[in-house]
Amino acid sequence: MKFATLASASALVLSTVLAVSGAEARDQIRIVGSSTVYPFTTAVAEQLGKTGIKTPVVESTGTGGGMKLFCAGVGVDHPDASNASRRIKKGEFEDCQKNGVTDIVELKIGFDGIVIANAKSGPAFKVTKEQLFKALAREVPGADGKLVANPNKSWKDVDASLPAEKIEVLGPPPTSGTRDAFLELVMESGAEKLPGMADLKKADAKAFEKVWKSIREDGAYIDAGENDNLIVQKLEANPAAVGIFGYSFLEENTSKIKGASVNGGEPTYENIATGKYAVSRPLFVYVKKQHVGVVPGVDKFVEEYVSDKAIGEDGYLSAKGLVPLPAEERAKVAEAAKSLKTLGAEAF
Amino acid sequence: MTDIVSTGTRPHDVTSPEARARVRKRYRAEARFRFYGIAAIGFAAIFLVCLIGDVVTRAIPAFTTSYVSLEVQVDPAQVDPKGDKSPASLISGNYDAPVRNALATLLPGANDRVSRRQLANLVSSNGTIDFRDQILRDPDLVGKTVRTDVLLGDDADLFIKGHMTDVTETSGQGQITPSGTEGTITLTGAPALSAAAFTSADPSTFIRINGGWVKIIGAANGQLTGDVFMPLANTNAGDWKLVTLETPEGSRRVTDREIVWLQSLKEQGLIERSFNWHFFTSGDSREAELAGILGALTGSLFTMLITLVICLPAGVAAAIYLEEFAPKNKWTDLIEVNINNLAAVPSIIFGLLGLAVFLNFFGLPRSTPLVGGLVLALLVLPTIIIASRAALGAVPPSIREGALGVGASHQQAIFHHVLPLAMPGILTGTIIGMAHALGETAPLLLIGMVAFIVDVPTSPMDAATALPVQIFLWSDLPEAAFKAKTAAAIIVLLMFLFVMNGLAIFLRRRFERRW
Repeated sequence: MKFATLASASALVLSTVLAVSGAEARDQIRIVGSSTVYPFTTAVAEQLGKTGIKTPVVESTGTGGGMKLFCAGVGVDHPDASNASRRIKKGEFEDCQKNGVTDIVELKIGFDGIVIANAKSGPAFKVTKEQLFKALAREVPGADGKLVANPNKSWKDVDASLPAEKIEVLGPPPTSGTRDAFLELVMESGAEKLPGMADLKKADAKAFEKVWKSIREDGAYIDAGENDNLIVQKLEANPAAVGIFGYSFLEENTSKIKGASVNGGEPTYENIATGKYAVSRPLFVYVKKQHVGVVPGVDKFVEEYVSDKAIGEDGYLSAKGLVPLPAEERAKVAEAAKSLKTLGAEAF
Repeated sequence: MTDIVSTGTRPHDVTSPEARARVRKRYRAEARFRFYGIAAIGFAAIFLVCLIGDVVTRAIPAFTTSYVSLEVQVDPAQVDPKGDKSPASLISGNYDAPVRNALATLLPGANDRVSRRQLANLVSSNGTIDFRDQILRDPDLVGKTVRTDVLLGDDADLFIKGHMTDVTETSGQGQITPSGTEGTITLTGAPALSAAAFTSADPSTFIRINGGWVKIIGAANGQLTGDVFMPLANTNAGDWKLVTLETPEGSRRVTDREIVWLQSLKEQGLIERSFNWHFFTSGDSREAELAGILGALTGSLFTMLITLVICLPAGVAAAIYLEEFAPKNKWTDLIEVNINNLAAVPSIIFGLLGLAVFLNFFGLPRSTPLVGGLVLALLVLPTIIIASRAALGAVPPSIREGALGVGASHQQAIFHHVLPLAMPGILTGTIIGMAHALGETAPLLLIGMVAFIVDVPTSPMDAATALPVQIFLWSDLPEAAFKAKTAAAIIVLLMFLFVMNGLAIFLRRRFERRW
């Protein structure tokens, strides 16, 4: 009977497929982690693929998700490397140790600036971190220093020097590494400078943290999702709005949007590299040393990543928007990578 | 025969003015309703046209690609390091250097390191692959001069397609005398160009004279100062043209110098645009000009295959049992309710289930069409069962009874008579379910099919992405050229859907039977 044949044939196919899949040796590097580092790691992966090694598979899971997968264990079922838009956390490191991932090589690959930008046709913004805090925090210190719900409706309410536009900020959602970095780099240090807040930090660090970590939810700040291209499109359509995203998107869209200067620093390549632009963060790649020699090409991957032609001043990653490390730091990273120096508990 | 006696006491009132008014009102109501219907369809059609129009116009740049046609001197020292013309030696050769040299001879003036790098930027970082393959096919070309097409870089390609800046060209009045052929020169005799500031925030202005390009950097007293971007043939007084690049240099990705070179190549007739076959024949790439859809297409195909192989037999068997053999009791009612509910469960839940069961429990590899297919099979199975049951139920009972009446067993009646008649309905339901699965992204995110994968998969066990996931990935990349790629991938996905739905219609027409 035709039908029965079909059914048994498909059952057979399925069972063989399930049987062979289990523990098979892997000859392709697997990398997980941050969507911010993803564009850079994919470029390195592609270069590596041209040298005769199978092109690594790079998956964009977000920094936290990537770390979880990375630290889950050693062996071909687990990824060989993880991208991170922030440094590995102590908890994640301990998790790794517990699961047997004891030899982790840390590669600091460069910087990414976080840009506050608006459409070319919109007004020019020159802001400080305090002003950004006052515009975006859920609660700000009132006239008497007590916390009140954020009353600022337009940028002019925040500071007379700013344009009289409604506050409308499109930014990353809470799950994003960019949002974490923005909170730490802008909101935290912005809050510290305000009257009374430094005292609050001393008196009650938890309460202070809650203040700078809370973004207003009355419509002035809009979660725009993880897709930065969409934010750029929305800014173009609405010149009054301001967006928050990674520097590479500003660089690629200079014909449509312009970056605001923060604390007097313009978001340019040179300023981020020299530290004159204050809102920038280092990017990392973590590699399992235990996989070197097990999965072919892991050492080659590290070598390619820290090579001058990748993360150097004129490297192909700088063309993709990565801001390179200063030369001496880069030399140190390359040196550590060469010897596959592992991360110890004393680093935290 | 009995006579029919009218018992009605009230005759139908169809002639009075009130009755006419009522009729007119009914007609008006009907006309209004028809208008609403047409308006609704028109409204939907406008949205559809806008959507498709937008996608297609955005996608157009991705379907063509620009090449520069070069006469390349194939230097044996560079491309054949071992000197034996063996494939191993040829594959390790440096093909970029000869191409750069060929460009440099065409475009004089690139002397310093920065401008040499800009020159190299014009062509794609992997644009010499075709050239390499050409030499590999015919090793005798080593040492000769070969005409080859080299792919342009993505930004240069966008400029050629007119997406970077508008270029306006006007003929100048009178003649101008340049003071030199290279470096910074002055141009005398020009009618006063307004002495505007020539900064990077203004449109770039060029004077084309004696075969060279001069960028204006200042104007005073009827004299222009400018930097020579392409050397002039001589210092004679000559006719001139004014070329303006409307978008300021600071606001675009291609520098003035690169544009001058591209324009010059264009005028020499060396830039060709052709259909972008590469887009359909290669896998993903980080370079926008090289990225292709084949990897995602194959991934989708494998995923669909796995889904079909699991879904169709299981779904049809379940439907036959439930519709024809199962007793009607509380248990079958419970199962039925659950199947109907499962059909409405959000797809992300199936993704989580797949992650927990197939990846974590069975330990199947991440990012593979195998797992993707299994997850999507779970997703569409309820749809197929429901559609198949409806199709089986629509076969008239007389067919079954006829078969049973001539002595067939219950099973024979179903498999020989009912199932073939229900097949068109079952297939239509299956294909529509598969089309749904094809467009599904969320469950695939969780099982790792959102990955950068360059190699085109060759089996359901290889790492792969699917079409909707590829669209998702490309839409998030910063390069402008990826926007066109995203739209083009959407069109490929729509085409895939059209083909599948077309197949459903064809099968229905071919096998459908009416009673």
